[in-house]
Amino acid sequence: MFENDTIIETRHLNIYYGDFKAVTDVELKIPAKRITAIIGPSGCGKSTLLRAFNRMNELIPGSHIDGEIIFEGKNLYDRDVDPVEVRYRIGMVFQRPNPFPKSIYENVAWAARIHGYKGSLDELVESTLKKAALWDEVKDILKQSALSLSGGQQQRLCVARALAIQPEVILMDEPASALDPIATLKIEELMQSLKENYTIVIVTHNMQQAARASDYTAMMMLTDGTRSGTVIEFDETNKIFTRPRDKRTEDYVTGRFG
Amino acid sequence: MFEQTVSTENNNGFPKKIDGLKKKRRWSEFIIQMSLFLAGFFSIFTTLGIVYTLGKEALLFFKRPEVDLIEFLTGTQWQPHIAEFGILPLASATLLTTAIAMLIAIPLGLTVAIFLSEYATLKMRNTLKPILELLAGIPTIVYGYFALTFVTPILRDIFGKDVVNIYNTSSAGLVMGILILPLIASVSEDALTAVPRSLREAAYGLGATKNEVVFKVVLPAALSGISAAVILGISRAIGETMIVAVAAGAGPNLTLNPFKGAETMTGHIVRISSGDLSYDSIDYDSIFAIGLVLFLSTLILNIISQWIVRRFREVYE
Amino acid sequence: MKFNSIDPKNSFADNLSARTRSGKTWQLMFLLATIVAIITLTLLMINIINSVFGYAIIDSKVDPATLAVDGISIEEQSKEQLVELLRANLSKGAFNKMENEKSFTDRSWSEVLSVVEERLLKFDVLKTWNLWDSLFKRTDVTQEYTAILEENPNAQLKFISWLTWERVVRPQSSEPLTAGIRTAILGSLWTIVITIIFAFPIGVGAAVYLEEYAGKNWVNRVIQTNINNLAGVPSIIYGILGLAIFVRTLEPLTSGSLLGFVDPTTANGRTVLSAGLTLGLLVLPLIIINSQEAIRSVPQSLRHAGYGLGATKWQITWAHVLPNALPGILTGTILAISRAIGETAPLVVVGASTAISFDPTSPFSKFTTLPIQIYQWTARPQPEWQHLAGAAILVLLVLLLSLNAAAIIARNKLSRKF
Repeated sequence: MFENDTIIETRHLNIYYGDFKAVTDVELKIPAKRITAIIGPSGCGKSTLLRAFNRMNELIPGSHIDGEIIFEGKNLYDRDVDPVEVRYRIGMVFQRPNPFPKSIYENVAWAARIHGYKGSLDELVESTLKKAALWDEVKDILKQSALSLSGGQQQRLCVARALAIQPEVILMDEPASALDPIATLKIEELMQSLKENYTIVIVTHNMQQAARASDYTAMMMLTDGTRSGTVIEFDETNKIFTRPRDKRTEDYVTGRFG
Repeated sequence: MFEQTVSTENNNGFPKKIDGLKKKRRWSEFIIQMSLFLAGFFSIFTTLGIVYTLGKEALLFFKRPEVDLIEFLTGTQWQPHIAEFGILPLASATLLTTAIAMLIAIPLGLTVAIFLSEYATLKMRNTLKPILELLAGIPTIVYGYFALTFVTPILRDIFGKDVVNIYNTSSAGLVMGILILPLIASVSEDALTAVPRSLREAAYGLGATKNEVVFKVVLPAALSGISAAVILGISRAIGETMIVAVAAGAGPNLTLNPFKGAETMTGHIVRISSGDLSYDSIDYDSIFAIGLVLFLSTLILNIISQWIVRRFREVYE
Repeated sequence: MKFNSIDPKNSFADNLSARTRSGKTWQLMFLLATIVAIITLTLLMINIINSVFGYAIIDSKVDPATLAVDGISIEEQSKEQLVELLRANLSKGAFNKMENEKSFTDRSWSEVLSVVEERLLKFDVLKTWNLWDSLFKRTDVTQEYTAILEENPNAQLKFISWLTWERVVRPQSSEPLTAGIRTAILGSLWTIVITIIFAFPIGVGAAVYLEEYAGKNWVNRVIQTNINNLAGVPSIIYGILGLAIFVRTLEPLTSGSLLGFVDPTTANGRTVLSAGLTLGLLVLPLIIINSQEAIRSVPQSLRHAGYGLGATKWQITWAHVLPNALPGILTGTILAISRAIGETAPLVVVGASTAISFDPTSPFSKFTTLPIQIYQWTARPQPEWQHLAGAAILVLLVLLLSLNAAAIIARNKLSRKF
């Protein structure tokens, strides 16, 4: 259906922590410049799958995958692929806001600097913070510690920090789970404004959020009799929520699940 | 189409990302990692250096015609000028001072640990712990001075000047006990606080008093951790040098009388090496042989202590 | 107590109050034991103060007035005048011997003055009292003084402080009244600087390696275990190692002859450099362990944030981990350094000099340090040296206390919240 716009494609993806298989046989095509939500009950491997997309899983000793994740025609897990480069191209926003304990300015500028940004850092910081809808709130306090911001502002700063190096994809791991409803709304608005230029993949345990904010939804569930998760259904969001094909999806989105 | 997604707008100001996924040669990263590894590995060289130098020079010592390994281990005289090299007088002085030190340090250190972990209020802890740290931070030479100029005169006043020599092992041992007290206290306290709260609560729930909880539940549970602390303290006492060098006396002396002077292994090394030591002399070689005994005995004690601590941790984690 | 004759409820109640009482007794015991620690610390300090002040009877063989030139007392003469005074009053051999040790043109004014006082005035301490006796046994003091006066008409009874600023800035000497600790303080500082230069980068580097880079394989486990074991090796063993490696094997380097420093007195490698490196080996495990703890306390989320931005491990370590671990690393290092400053035994073995009266000027100078000085003075039988040792201890403790205060300030100023 959206074949030509696929930016990340997984093929027979299995993810392991040591001997434990956390995610089984995922086949997924993430459409470019869209928001894709991954939903499912806790412990079904949503975050694990997300973190496989920019090889963050590797930071956990013993984790490994088999299968392929294709990004721009290249398997991300090929031998000659540099995980550092992968993460440069596929950014990430974490569950809890984790700004660096430095100034707001430095939070945005640091990554650009280490990647050898040639232009004016001041301009980059300004334009990035504008994209993240944070500029008006922080333009007078750029030199202040990022830790002085509220939780919601910190999280938007983390989005801005990811935007600054102009990735193609931004992975968001339950970005609003630590925030209050108003801050959550702002993050969702921000996602909408970003999808023109970026592909966003978001993990959420909040079904309303997935329904409101995403274009596509992947439903994950533990496969029967194991503790390993897999994607049981992937479709446009409104189809998932209105007429799911899988009975388990229906149970889950209507709240009849466990 | 993939080439298209790497659009030029993404490269604004950034070095090209076109073949970006390819592994880069990051030489500086590699060099830094190698240097850090070398820094980490450096300590291995220290250990090898210790083992090699002690072993090599000690071997030279034992190869000398006037020395014999059996005699070294069993001889009751250490008199280099008449070619008698029995380590027993030195070892017995070390054991004597250590025993006296532990007589002080174990009960006091344990009591302090129990008090800190079970009875003291937060405020008391916050005043007492820095004092203990201060006690532990005082250089040992200062303790040596304290032993010689304060404790020895008091001992001589109490027991009589003809009973207690100016240099004696008891004064050195007592002060060493004070030195080791903070070590035993802090390691035992760690062991006590590691006993899970649930265990205490279970006992309280059965109507036990605080004392009963401490003595019948917490202490037995922390026993292995406490024994690790004691072993560590013994190892520290064996290696302690300046207190005995100043207060315990010069000259090997095979005696168990704590009021007489006797030279410990460490004290002997210090006395021999503070003179002009020529490299080819038997004295020079002998300090390596004594050093080897010292190194091995403290190492074994430390390893045992670590082993106990590790096993203890596994129980509650 | 006969349980069966009393009804159960009462027996429980009795029992309980007894149990509670014994609890109170124990609690008191615990408190007492803890107080012992505090008392000891107090006694230790009192003992030192006690020995630093007190009466002394001082006799001088030569009246200082006879050495005055044109009515100018020796304290007001220039260095050249003092040297002339020495040349005039000492035998040629003695004068040349000192000139060979260190030429008079290279010695400072105060160094020359102390030589004059030592060799020409020949003060003599006949008897000393500590502070306690000076304050509360005045009659003993005066009695003894009158007795001594009969034989030594020049003798004076003075209440003196063995620790004066004068003494802190004066060089070492063999006369108790003029001996100072400057040589020892400078020796300690030189040694410590070398220790820091050597041990800090390697220590922090090793800690970074073990915490950030090392995977879970046997090599790294061996390294970690080894470091833990090294921390427990008696300090005197490090002295023996330093003697064998730095003094003997690396002598061309540590004596400076490899770099063109030719000084016959230090050609044996018993130099500031050897001492500093030995102490460096000694504190390395402490610095590593403390730094590891500091690095470990930096939250993992910061590292993940860095990785998420495509930063390399070193970029993250340098920009985020190290700055945030710095307060802990500095505190740990200062504590390790204060341990090194107080160390005596390894330096005795490495070969501290027994008597040097001039300042160290390079890493290839002979050395003595404050604790070494204290040891040598304490070990002398004459009581006046023990007063001096007390004075030096006071200086050492002040030095250590200020270092510890610096550590606390560093921790508070630099520490951040996450």
